[in-house]
Amino acid sequence: MIFALTVFAADTPFEFESPAQQAQYQRLLEELRCLVCQNQSLADSHADLAQDLRDEVYSMLGEGKTNDEIREFMVARYGDFVLYKPPIKSSTTLLWFGPFILIFLAGFAVWRAVTRQKKAPQDLTEQEREFVEKLRNETPTSKEDSLQAKLRANDSNRDAPPIKPGNEP
Amino acid sequence: MLAEIGHFALVLALGIAVVQVIFPFAGYRYGYQNWMAAAKPCARIQFVLLLTAFAVLTSAFVQNDFSLAYVAQNSNSALPLPYRISAVWGAHEGSLLMWVLILAGWTTAVSALESELPDDFVSLVLAVMGLVSVGFLLFMLFTSNPFDRLAQVPADGADLNPLLQDPGLIIHPPLLYMGYVGTTVAFGFALAALIQGRLTAISARWIRPWVVASWCFLTVGIALGSWWAYYELGWGGWWFWDPVENASFMPWLLGTALIHSIAVTEKRGSFKNWTLLLAIATFALSLLGTFLVRSGVLTSVHAFATDPARGVFVLALFAILIGGALALYAWRGPGAFSGNRFEGASRETFLLINSVLLAIATATVLLGTLFPLAHEAVGLGKISVGPPYFNLVFSLVMTPLAIALSFGQFARWKSDSASRLVSSFVYTLLAAVGITVAAYFSLGGNDFLLAGVGIFLGALVILSVVRGIWDRCRGRKNVLLTLWRLPRAFKGQTLAHVGFAVTLLGATVTSFYAVDEHVRMKPGDTQNVGHYEFDFVGLKKFEGPNYRATEGHFIVRKNGKTLAELYPQKRFYHVRNTPMTEAGILGGLTRDLYVSLGEPLEAGSWSVRIHYKPLVRWIWLGALFMALGGVTALSDPRLRNAKLARVAAGSAAHNG
Amino acid sequence: MNRYLIPAVIFIGLVAILGVGLNLDPRHVPSPLIGKPLPSFSLASLYEPDRSISETTFLGKPRLLNVWASWCSACVVEHPLLIALAQQKNVEIFGLNYKDEPRKAEAWLKKHNNPYKSIIVDPEGDLGLDLGVYGVPETFVIDKLGIIRYKQVGPLDNQAIEEIILPLLDELS
Repeated sequence: MIFALTVFAADTPFEFESPAQQAQYQRLLEELRCLVCQNQSLADSHADLAQDLRDEVYSMLGEGKTNDEIREFMVARYGDFVLYKPPIKSSTTLLWFGPFILIFLAGFAVWRAVTRQKKAPQDLTEQEREFVEKLRNETPTSKEDSLQAKLRANDSNRDAPPIKPGNEP
Repeated sequence: MLAEIGHFALVLALGIAVVQVIFPFAGYRYGYQNWMAAAKPCARIQFVLLLTAFAVLTSAFVQNDFSLAYVAQNSNSALPLPYRISAVWGAHEGSLLMWVLILAGWTTAVSALESELPDDFVSLVLAVMGLVSVGFLLFMLFTSNPFDRLAQVPADGADLNPLLQDPGLIIHPPLLYMGYVGTTVAFGFALAALIQGRLTAISARWIRPWVVASWCFLTVGIALGSWWAYYELGWGGWWFWDPVENASFMPWLLGTALIHSIAVTEKRGSFKNWTLLLAIATFALSLLGTFLVRSGVLTSVHAFATDPARGVFVLALFAILIGGALALYAWRGPGAFSGNRFEGASRETFLLINSVLLAIATATVLLGTLFPLAHEAVGLGKISVGPPYFNLVFSLVMTPLAIALSFGQFARWKSDSASRLVSSFVYTLLAAVGITVAAYFSLGGNDFLLAGVGIFLGALVILSVVRGIWDRCRGRKNVLLTLWRLPRAFKGQTLAHVGFAVTLLGATVTSFYAVDEHVRMKPGDTQNVGHYEFDFVGLKKFEGPNYRATEGHFIVRKNGKTLAELYPQKRFYHVRNTPMTEAGILGGLTRDLYVSLGEPLEAGSWSVRIHYKPLVRWIWLGALFMALGGVTALSDPRLRNAKLARVAAGSAAHNG
Repeated sequence: MNRYLIPAVIFIGLVAILGVGLNLDPRHVPSPLIGKPLPSFSLASLYEPDRSISETTFLGKPRLLNVWASWCSACVVEHPLLIALAQQKNVEIFGLNYKDEPRKAEAWLKKHNNPYKSIIVDPEGDLGLDLGVYGVPETFVIDKLGIIRYKQVGPLDNQAIEEIILPLLDELS
């Protein structure tokens, strides 16, 4: 889409009959997509077309049109693309209901995972686990201590027997 | 001449990366220990080579060498020096170079810091990371070489995009890349574990510091991007659910899920499969982000100028790396990784719930981002999915998350009773309700329902965290000493959770209680917004280094007393002919006051936007807390416990 | 084994969608007006200000409606193609001078030549809005019943003319 350089469109502020109408205007603008600066809503875009469309929304509100009528007006001319809040129709069911279906499915999966845990071989026995937990909560007491430990750790090879309570060096 | 050195360094780096992949994998397969040992030196050499290439490119920018196409497209002799340097990563080719450099950096860090892990495991991790590097280097050398020369050297360059000429934009990409690329480490660990066919409760802890580190960078990078958009773009917005923003948010969300899943795998040995899958998926989302930005598939303000060949290449890279990883997961997953039992109302359950909810949040954002593309791809036409959808659905998913986070604060490991949980929780719950009611009366408003939910959840999380700390200090004689002695991992977690609540509160209050006025003002006018008065004093025009500007002078008063003077600007950059807005902001912990100039109207008046934004800074403050929490947790000396490492090494051999 | 394949399967679907997406143009917005009649309007003609043009003027013969303006640089690029279409292929083209000033429009046409049978003057952009114009130039193919059959967004090029517009005009005759 190529636009020639043009004089800046007037970024005209509007006067509203009531704060409620102003809020309605603002909300509508945030729902409508600018077709020129396609990553901005009509509220944020500086494009000429955005100003024209803002004017249109303002005058339609002044005529008493509803939000739905204004949206229909835009969609008739620009297609569903112009709505940042996608319409709920058959082709968008996955979009609108997907998250809820996911939560439901995940909830079911979590429930199953928690209530039906298999008795599979464990990687550490309860005793080993407590021992590891004790070690985990110790901090190296002195530099020399940890250095010694490090040296010993590097010396030991993969085939060293596992450390169990009792044979700890 | 210098550029050729840079190019040569890239080619050499590719060669080394190939060695870094082949030798360790072959060595592992055939049992050659010394082949596996090749991984570490390769990683370091690669880093030096890529650093050289990066330095060469930077010097080309600093010296205005417009014979390089990339420099000519993104720089200009009038561009101030700091921006000439940041232009190195301002567009596609240079940012890719930064990507591979950072990847080499993380790889070298893994090779240097993980001296306590079994060498063969580390070599496998480095080999996987090397594979990713090979992919990106090939991509650069074939389609995106920053050292390409122009046949005709132009007199001057096309200038850096004015949007990028800002201090925030200098550090936002590097921080974000540190985060994105850091997910490769988790990917490497996961694949190494899958290849070896084992992941013990102990080896899971090795991944944690790397995941947390990259997560911290992502947190700060994303927050910085949001902060930058707020003060730079002129209308006070801070998040737009733009596809590329989502591309950075998704690895962050899933990275958070991964951190929580690792916590359980580490403590109880459970959820190993979920942890591995999350590690692969987080990296996958980071790659997806790369694809979305550089392929031209989605429109975005962040997208780099593109060319179809690049899109195809990145997609192929994505398909091969992740497809391969998931195939490996499907093959090795079943049977190899078992876990330990825990009861329904235990801490594990809440961590699992939250990890899953975060994954659902990620999936929701992914769905919204890619749905328009999928809709069009199957021929159903073009639709848009924007902030209205994301805000609604994301808030819905975050609600159970905040509740589970609160409950989980004081559930015990392995088993807990539901009744005990509920009874200890009731007081916290009531206190949160009390705060919400107080908020209702002080803030008021018609739409309190949604705002109220947000405030309630934020308060609930903070109160639960405080309650969790109190539980730990209860009955101890010296409370302060106990607090001081709490493990850093716990302090970090606390800070991060508080940060989450702070961001939640900031986002909720600013979204529902901000006041935005768009008015016509000329010098001498005064506008009231909320309890504040804004005097438009005058206008001034001046020339900047590469732009001309009109600056407005505003005085902000409250109840007659002057608070500050603000100077919003409207700039026009010469070379690229683009306008930019610089807002005048009076910031504060409880609120921001924000003035920006729109367009000149008739008779000397201007359209002016004035915003009152309560608690907006809490959004980024919360993110800062989250990142600080992560750093605190990382600094826990128990992570460097050598005895534990030895046990781990021995235990890994024993259990297989 | 089944559960563990789920992520891989989802991934394949994702890659397929992205692959198809690479061939689509994200900025192109298809028009909902295809297959619908021209909106009703009544606007002045450029060289004959007393005469007005309406949607009924389009009945009877398939035509092109080209949206252009003197401030539009891309219009200069496509203009020779319009001249060729009008002169060599005998295609009847109506112009829609969008958000422009009549004097500037006349001067522009004098400089670049005039392929248009008639030119509708739309200084406020009202007709453009009803036609869903969002980027100038745009070209519509209108059939003899006044129904919009095709919309080209952006400047015309030889490919669009040879492959879409001329065959469509033939079909509609």
